[in-house]
Formats: sequence, C-alpha cells, structure tokens
Amino acid sequence: MDTKEVNSVNTPLIVSDGCCVHFGNIPALEGVNFSISRGKKVAVVGPNGGGKSTLFNALVGLVPLTEGSLKIDGKSPNEVKGKVSYVPQKDLINWNFPLSVKQVVEMGITTRKVSSLFNSKKTNDKIKKALQDVGLEEKINDNIKSLSGGQLQRVLIARALAQDSEILLLDEAFSAVDIGAQEDIMQLINSINLDGKTILIATHDVNNLEEKFDEVLCLNKHCCAYGDPSEVLTPEVIEEMYGSHTEQFMNKSHFRTEENNSND
Amino acid sequence: MIELILDPFKYDFMIRSLITAFASGAMLSLLGPFAINRNMGFMADAMAHATLPIIAVGVFLGFSISELGVPAAILIAIFLGVIIKNTNVGEDTAIGIIFSSFFALGFVLISLLNVTINLEDLLFGQILAVSTSDVYIVISLLTLVFLIVIVYFKQLLFYSFDPIGAEVKGLNTTFLNYLFLILLSIAIVGSLQTVGIILVLSMLIIPAAAAKLVTDTFVTSIKVSVLFGVVSSITGLYLSYFLNLPSGPSMSLVAATIFVLAFLSNKIRKKGSLATVTIS
Repeated sequence: MDTKEVNSVNTPLIVSDGCCVHFGNIPALEGVNFSISRGKKVAVVGPNGGGKSTLFNALVGLVPLTEGSLKIDGKSPNEVKGKVSYVPQKDLINWNFPLSVKQVVEMGITTRKVSSLFNSKKTNDKIKKALQDVGLEEKINDNIKSLSGGQLQRVLIARALAQDSEILLLDEAFSAVDIGAQEDIMQLINSINLDGKTILIATHDVNNLEEKFDEVLCLNKHCCAYGDPSEVLTPEVIEEMYGSHTEQFMNKSHFRTEENNSND
Repeated sequence: MIELILDPFKYDFMIRSLITAFASGAMLSLLGPFAINRNMGFMADAMAHATLPIIAVGVFLGFSISELGVPAAILIAIFLGVIIKNTNVGEDTAIGIIFSSFFALGFVLISLLNVTINLEDLLFGQILAVSTSDVYIVISLLTLVFLIVIVYFKQLLFYSFDPIGAEVKGLNTTFLNYLFLILLSIAIVGSLQTVGIILVLSMLIIPAAAAKLVTDTFVTSIKVSVLFGVVSSITGLYLSYFLNLPSGPSMSLVAATIFVLAFLSNKIRKKGSLATVTIS
C-alpha cells in the first residue's frame, strides 16, 4: 500500500454547497456544488472568465461568498487562512524585485508575527528541504531573474511546500512554460500528491486529464460536472463549458462519447 | 585634503547641515529600492507636493516644517492610500489629481493666509537654515524609519513582491500598505528642508536606481543605495559650501552623476560578460 492510499481516506476535505460569488451585479460563480476528498489531485477546467481563479480566491478567503458555503475541513476559508498553500498566476507577482530563490521560498514560512532578519537553522533546513523536493537545491542563492519559466514555477511550488499545508492550489501552473517544463511540473505534482497532499490545479489544458488527475471540476460560472475525468468529460459538458468552440475537443479519444458508452 | 574636508566643521550651521544631509540621504535611499521596484516614483512625488497646504497652514499656526513632519506624513499617507483604493479612475490618474490640486491649494493658502515662506527654499531646499531642534527631529525620524524597516523587513518584502500571496498567507496587507506609505511620507516630509518639494524625488529614486544597476540582489541594493544616498547628500553639501551653489540641486546633481557612472559600469560589465561567453 503506498502513501497515497494510506492518506486517501474518503472524507471530504473541501465542500462547496451552493457557493456564489458576485462582483457587483456580475456573477462570477453561481450555485457551485462539489465535494473533494483528502489526497485527491483535481483539475479545475473551464473557459476564461469561467470562475476558476475566483473559486481559488474564495478558497483562500480573498473574495467573500455572496451565497452558499465553502468549507475546508469543516471551517470557513477565513478560519483556515494561511493553511492553504496558493501558487498564484505568475503575472500577479512583481518580478522587478531582484530576489534570491531562498528569499522567495522563505516567504512560505513568513507569518504576520515579527521575526528576526536572520533565519534560524530550522528555517534554513525547511527552505533547503522544499528546494530539494522541487529539484532546485543547487539554485538556492541564484537570482530569480536568471531562472526559466518552468524553474520559477517550481520555486513558487517550493514556497508553497515550505508552508507545509495540507491543500495546494495552483492557478495556471502550466501557462507560459514549454512542454518539457510542463511534464517536469506534472511529475513534481504527482510526487507531492503521493505525500498525501490534496492538489487543485486550474488549467486550460484539457488533454489526457484522465491520465493526470483523479478528478476534474468543470466550471463555467456554475459547476458543469465534477468527478472522474474519463466519466464526466462528455461532449455535452464540453459544450456547456466552451460553447461554440467545442469542435477542437470532440475528436479527443479521452472524451466519453456515445459510442464509448454503448461499448461499456 | 584633510583640511578641506574639515573646513566646514568650523561652523555650527555646517555641522547641523551635514548631520541633516546624512540623515535625509540615508532615510530616502533606504526606502528607495522598495519604491522603485514597486513603481512608486509618481506616488512619492505626489506625497511631496501634497505637503504644501499642510505646510502653509502649519507655518501660519506657528509650527516649523520639521515639527509638522510626522503628523503631516501620516495624514498624507492615509489620505493618498484611501483615495487611491476607493476611486476607480486608475492609480496614476488618482495620484495626478491629488498631486496637482494639493499643490495648487498650497499656493492659494500661502497667498490667502499671507504666510511668510521662502518658496524657492521650500521647492529646492535650504539645508543651511536648519536649527538644532530640526537636526534632532530628522535624526529621530531616521532612527524610526530604520528600526521599522528592520522589524518589518520580511513582511514588507513579501507584500511588495507578491501582495496576493502575502494576504493568502495571513499577513495584514492593509497594515503593511499603510505602514510603507507612512514611512515613505515621513522620509519625504523629513527631507523637505534638505532638498525641497521638487528635488526630494531625486534623492529617493536616483541612488536606488544606480544601486540596482550595480548590484544583483535586493538586500545588497539597499545597502549600496544608502551608501550612494549619503555620498550624494554629503558631497552635494560640500560642493555647495565650496562653490557657493544651492545645496538641494547640488545633491541631486551628485546623485545623477553617480547614476551615470553606475549606468556606464553596468554597460561595461554586460559587454565584458558577453565577450566572455563568446570566447568560451
């Protein structure tokens, strides 16, 4: 029995019950229902403006719900603030700062409590361990400006790992990185998931989701479908998400078509 | 040479000026690296200009510019922060409106209240006129800014680099935002007598920009920025003393010269590393 099986007890960790978010009169999420068990690796897919980032922002307490409830281990996002690791979209970060890899990872340990300018051995060990986990220990003193897009993404994941939380949210983790770097990041996510962490990744890449993820959450302001990718990604769900732009997904072998259904 | 360096120390007003120049140079250039990496130059300029109405009323009521320092700084920082957050016309536009209207209000108040202020000194600085109490106030402000930056360094860095990440992590980002605005405002108001409303921006931005060109890490850039800031203000004051030049503009020009040297050094360094790569 591997680590994942040990940790993957089917108790719901994240439960959304009719979750709604509005920005003024504009709905961003409407009546979203799903329940994610511990240790799951979940892809969150949907069109631009479909509510993926809004859902993540609601999960970390950045935007309030207008209706419904969102619970993490039975508590509201604000009650568990700081206990959910979040890797934001890269363009939300101010890359002007010439920081070292170590300084960025250390932010995962920084709290609102005032701390010394100099790190303790325990803090330094935590930073080194997080960088070892993402395979960047030799880059610890490098300037982040010298890193590639894929390496930057791994540094941000190391920052999230240093935080040592049970849930990891990655917003657009695969954007602006080449295919090789995407595969590296996916391997890294798999190994983190094996350690028992619950991982949600917002992505535009709907190819081979059933090979990469345990579950998929399909969003287009409301929850179009949630469950095993090989079961829930039907042409109807794809159309509900992407409307007239469905053709490009229709021929993908991984979608459960009517012919597949009849063969079951 | 030593005699030349020690010559200004024969005069009390020069000793006071040198201490004030050191404090202003260090205080502004300590915050400069945060300000330039957050693209806050225009905001800082607006803060300096927005002090004019407060100075007009304060001087009318009998206070000196230094005495007005901390309350004026807090008032300006909170006012600017609230206006920018709550208007949806865009940050630059909101800053531009405050900048010009407050500056205009200051001139109108000076005229209406018949306040006796030397406008040239206010706009370009007149460090030679600082009193002993002004020196104590500026030194206290430097100590305050320095200590707060050290105590909140990691939180300010996190917030400046990734404000959303900082909020998610549970840091009090509203507090950190206003804390930095207040620190910036304190440094600006505390340096008005040294370099004046118009030139205060040069001492905030130029040493930090020069430091960024010749350093690789943020912490080193802060140390080098403070060094450049202090060298600019002290050298500028010496030039003003020996060549009978206005002190504020002299300091700004020394800072600008350092920037040009840093720029050239950066270009040479880059060419050198490119040549090394080509040869290897």
